[in-house]
Parts: sequence; structure tokens; C-alpha cells
Amino acid sequence: MTDLRELYQETIFDHYRQPRNYGRLEDANRKAEGYNPLCGDKVTLYLRVEDGVIRDVRFEGTGCAIATASASLMTESIKGKREGEALQLLATVHQMATSGTIAGDAGKLRVLAGVHEFPERVKCATLAWHTMKAALENVAQPVSTE
Amino acid sequence: MKLLDRLIHHHDLQAQFWRTEFPILKTKVHGKPLVYLDNAATTQKPLAVIEAETKYYRDYNANVHRGIHALSQWATDAFEAARTKVQRLINAASPSEIIFVRGATEAINLVAQSYGRSRLQAGDELIVSTMEHHSNIVPWQMVCQQTGAILRVAPINDKGELQMDAFDALLNERTRLVAVTHVSNSLGTINPVRDIIERAHARNVPVLVDGAQAIAHRPVDVRALDCDFYAFSGHKLYGPTGIGVLYGKTALLDAMPPYQGGGEMISSVSFEGTTYNTLPFKFEAGTPNIAGVIGLGAAVDYVTNIGLEAIVAHEEALLVYATPLLTKVSGLRIIGTAAEKTGILSFVMEGIHPHDIGTILDGEGVAVRAGHHCTMPLMERFGIPATARASFALYNTKQEVDVLVAAVHKAKEVFGR
Repeated sequence: MTDLRELYQETIFDHYRQPRNYGRLEDANRKAEGYNPLCGDKVTLYLRVEDGVIRDVRFEGTGCAIATASASLMTESIKGKREGEALQLLATVHQMATSGTIAGDAGKLRVLAGVHEFPERVKCATLAWHTMKAALENVAQPVSTE
Repeated sequence: MKLLDRLIHHHDLQAQFWRTEFPILKTKVHGKPLVYLDNAATTQKPLAVIEAETKYYRDYNANVHRGIHALSQWATDAFEAARTKVQRLINAASPSEIIFVRGATEAINLVAQSYGRSRLQAGDELIVSTMEHHSNIVPWQMVCQQTGAILRVAPINDKGELQMDAFDALLNERTRLVAVTHVSNSLGTINPVRDIIERAHARNVPVLVDGAQAIAHRPVDVRALDCDFYAFSGHKLYGPTGIGVLYGKTALLDAMPPYQGGGEMISSVSFEGTTYNTLPFKFEAGTPNIAGVIGLGAAVDYVTNIGLEAIVAHEEALLVYATPLLTKVSGLRIIGTAAEKTGILSFVMEGIHPHDIGTILDGEGVAVRAGHHCTMPLMERFGIPATARASFALYNTKQEVDVLVAAVHKAKEVFGR
């Protein structure tokens, strides 16, 4: 097996144990729920979007280390970004998680490339990101990974 | 050697011998020997089953109950012989009480849609338990929506045992059916089905038993239980996927309308009207899973030759060996600690999500299930999103339990716990 350390890098543990931007965002104007019925991972994402810019973001939920860390890392990297830039990051993360190729703009998110050797875990890594897209599109139905 | 050690040693020798019949157990995953502990999801198949299916396709593939040619006769003979094997396995009164379906799920849907839908009225009640698999919940919810009947849920205690007093309290003059699992797939709990059936019958309420998780781990005697329906899947009994059984009492099955229409299930068809075939064919529309049935017959032979008592003793020895080893791991909690349980160990670990446990165990070659095991209401009852679940079969060994426990420690190490 590919070394588990590829998957469980220190940054992942750090964000799993101390998720950033965790909790409810009272003045959110976008919200979406994501759910992975296979493993029960759940995430609720709150965004405050003004003039096309994500001014604030928070998340709540229960999930594995990968899902939680990915959500936490996402909140850090999309805060202050324009909607289009955030969606571009989703594409980057999706690409990394499925192919392992680290894009130039990945920054800290590069740790998510580790999941590409674990196809079962790609959904964990991308759940929060798909939920972010749904929140930007204001989809009322919970996003499912299935 | 202490008595327990000697017992385990004895069972291990037996299992080592049984293992030779399962080619897949020689597989390596991630460079490590496969330790297959996901038997509650599906069991591996012995050579006898694999060869029975192959032999049918190689030597006598033909449709059943149709042809006047030799191949069709051979196929029909093998097909019907398998039905008799299943009848003997569960001690049904007649082979015609054995209906071949796709699996336990289809068996329950059949009863819900044929028996339930034709009889239930608004205000009627059905009883299930908190520990049911989704396949013994959703078909009843569907028929409740169609008829206006109401689904009642019998609760369980913190050990994962059905609360019989509460179950009794739910039984009333509006109750039309009880549907309960024999063994919980998530907890391993063995339900007191004989007792449940007695109490339900005292009120003339029929009982469906979901035997998916019991059939390979308990001797089942449908006449001793006096259950009205019994459902199970072949693939959890060392048989093929896509084949299962609904047992029903003749009087009930006879009175039920067909579930699906098509070939085989008719006596004669005209545009003025169609008469239905007799049991069991009335419920077997279309060309059946012939290879699956023949494979299931081989699986029944395989299990019968070993003897379910021997299998039960072996799996109990593994459970007795593994339970304290896992319990000793700090931060690990076993979910499902019923006094009566089969070889299923569901657990959660502090600070490590079951999904992560599953990945780390897989890296050590250990296959377990991580998730809600299609029992979301049960997970809700315990206030957890998921568990990791190790489940034993006849070919598992003490040494494999040791690998599991070491892998659990590895998970703790990886997570710095």
C-alpha cells in the first residue's frame, strides 16, 4: 500500500483536531448541506457573500479526518476569494484528489492530493467543496456524494 | 494450556482446514495476507459453489421447466434439487414453500407488496424494531404510504437488546404484522424470535423474520420457530449473489396475490383472463437465476456437511477470544453487547472516525466495514454516525483476530492516540 503518511499528513491531523472556522455563521446569506450516505459524513456550510466576494465562511458537521480537514482547509482558502476563484479551487482540488497532480495554485491544499491512491476516500476530500458550490448556487436540497 | 486456549487452538486447526476450500483467502492486499472480516456484508465462496455454477454453464446450461430436451431436464433437476436442499436446511414442510428471489431484500418487498398491500387498511399497524436493516424498514414504509397503515418501532436497550416489555405494549388489536430481524447485522444481537412469534401469534398476528444475518450463523428451523415468513440471501451463506429465499407457510402464500407477472408464474393466459400457477411458481415470474440457485444448493450442501453447530461453536470461540482484546484497547467502545450475540464486533474509537479506521485496517490487509451498515435509525439510537465492524465466518482464525487487534493499535498510533 502507498504509505498511509501520504494520506494522513500532519496538516490533515492538525485541521482534523482543530478545525478552523468551525460553527454556525449567524449572518450567512448562503447555506448548503452536504452528505455522504456511504459513511455518514455530514457538513453544513455557511457563507456570507457580498459583491461576489466570500467575506466569511464557517462549517459544522461530523466526518472522518479527511472530510473534516478538507472542510477546514477549504474555509481558510476561500475566505476573501471571489466566487469564480473559489470554484476554480474546487476544480483544482477535484483534479488533485482524483489524479494526484498538484496544481501550481494548490498551496496548503496540496495535502489533499494524498487521497488519489485511495479512491474510496476521494468523496471524503471533495464533500465540503461540492457543498460550497451548492451554497454559491443556493441549492436548497442537501448535496449528496452519490 | 488453559481451557480457553485449548478450545481456540482446536477451532483454529479446524478453520485452517476449512480455509483450503476458499481460493480467495490466499489473496494478498497491499502486500499483506488478506484478513477478511467483512462477512456480515458478504461471505467468500468455497470451491464447491464456484464449481457448481461453472459446471452448469459449461455442461448443461438451459432454461428450466420449459424444454423437452435433455439439457433442460438436467437444469430443471438441479434447480429443483436445490429447492429441496433449502427446504431441508430450514426444515420447511414442503419444497413449494421455498420461493427463489434475488435476496432477502426482494423477499421482504414481496411480502410487503403482496401480503401487505392486499390486506392492510388505514389505521392498521405493523411492528418492526430499532435494529432493523433498511431492507426491513423501507418496504414497510412504502406499503404504509400506499395503504395508510402505521409503522410502530419496538425499542432496544443500551446493550442492543430488544425491549420485550415495550414490544408487548405495542402489540394490540390493530397490529397486522410483525417484521423483525433474527440477528442484527450491526450489533450481532440474536433476537428472541421464538418468544416474539409466540406473543404475536397469541394475537393472531403473523411474523416475518429477516434471517439475512442469521442463516449462516444459527441453525434455523422455521417449523420450530413457527414463523410465517423467513427471508434470507444466498451470498451471506457462502453462496452466490443475486439469489435468495422467501419461506412462507403454504396457507399464507396460497392466499397471496402474485408479486410480479410474466412467464412461469401462470397456468394459462388469454386476453379474457389469466390463471396463476401453483406454488412456488406463482411467485417466480420470468427465467430465474438458475446458476445462482444451483450455486446456492452447493452452498447449502457445503454448510450442511460441516454442520451449523460446528460453525456456531467456532465463531463463538472467536468472539470470546476477540471481545476482551478489543475491549482492552483504551478509547475503544464496542457497540452491541447483548448477552446473546453472534460473531459481530461493531466498535467506535475516540478521536478516530470509523472511515479512517477502515482505511488504516485495509492497509494491514484487514477488511472490515465502516459506515452505518444500512441501519441509520440504529446509529441514531446510539448517537453515532457510524461504526467499524468486524464480522466472523467459519474460515477466520485466532491469528486473524490478532492481526485485527494489532491493526487497531496501528490506527491509534497513526492518529497519535
